[in-house]
Amino acid sequence: MEFLTNKIFLIALTFIVFLVSRLLQRRTGIVFLNPILISIVVLIVVLSCFGIDYEMYREGGDYIEFWLKPAVVALGVPLYRQLENIRKQLLPLLLAELAGCVVGIVSVVLVAEFLGATKEIVLSLAPKAVTTPIAMEISTAMGGIPSLTAAVVVCTGIFGGMAGFRMVKMSHIKSPIATGLSIGTAAHAVGTAAVMEERGQRCGAFSSLGLTLNGLFTALLAPLILSWLGYAV
Amino acid sequence: MILQCAVLFAFLAMGETVVYFTGIPIPSSIIGMLLLTAALKLRIVRLMWVDKVSDFLVGNLGFFFVPAGVGLMRCLGLVSEQWLPIVGASVVSTFIIIAVTGWVHQFVRRVGSSHHRVGESVE
Repeated sequence: MEFLTNKIFLIALTFIVFLVSRLLQRRTGIVFLNPILISIVVLIVVLSCFGIDYEMYREGGDYIEFWLKPAVVALGVPLYRQLENIRKQLLPLLLAELAGCVVGIVSVVLVAEFLGATKEIVLSLAPKAVTTPIAMEISTAMGGIPSLTAAVVVCTGIFGGMAGFRMVKMSHIKSPIATGLSIGTAAHAVGTAAVMEERGQRCGAFSSLGLTLNGLFTALLAPLILSWLGYAV
Repeated sequence: MILQCAVLFAFLAMGETVVYFTGIPIPSSIIGMLLLTAALKLRIVRLMWVDKVSDFLVGNLGFFFVPAGVGLMRCLGLVSEQWLPIVGASVVSTFIIIAVTGWVHQFVRRVGSSHHRVGESVE
């Protein structure tokens, strides 16, 4: 079974599992069969069955995760394509983002406290709406558990990508710009991927703007907001 | 494709450089993204130099998150102990963020466009 822990094997496995999951969703058209979610679940089950622990999986997984950084840089292209539309309504965009950022951190902390989370968990959850690198940095700095933060961030993204459009509808948000913006704010790059796929590049560009601005605001404001809520750094 | 990757990674490297010298707590990739947007706008970089690799990466963004999600298996114990606050807070907060961000955006735009025509309907 030695070959199973070979990183090439693990990378190939990740590709194949994702490919099959995506095929499954496209064939069935069921939103809840999110390919990212299905891949994660299938991979965890497969790894557990073969007794491969996460540290071993990471040897291969790191090669895939590596592309997250250039992929975030690449979001500059859809952002550039929509620059003119963004400039026209800079104030509404900035105010909406600021509100989304503050409300997001405060709500996750208060609800987690109310449901009995420990301090460590609360701090790990606080940056959950922003993209993994920012969230993990904040979590580390504040005394949370970075690996829990990473997992929660990905799950939040999947959830936001799956249920986001329904939430938008329930909140009576009609404009496609506000739709993209709010899903990007709540569900970062994973939500943005869903918006790009379902609503096209223009709506998606506002989603990447949402994830960018929320990332910036959260990086700057999270320590401040957490200290107001009684969490000393 | 080499040109495309060269440009993309050059901007990521610039982001890394900015972080290294200033120590700001913002990831290099976000800074690289903003620099790339600015360079495209200022016509330092032409769209045709980066569009193919960018469209590919953006189109498959979700895939790159899979390994981080598999990391969940490392904290399954913790999650099973505290699943209610973790799931509850994430779900409630995601809903609140979407509603509030969307509302504020629509509200400010409506107020703004009733004063003077800033928002020039782009929709």
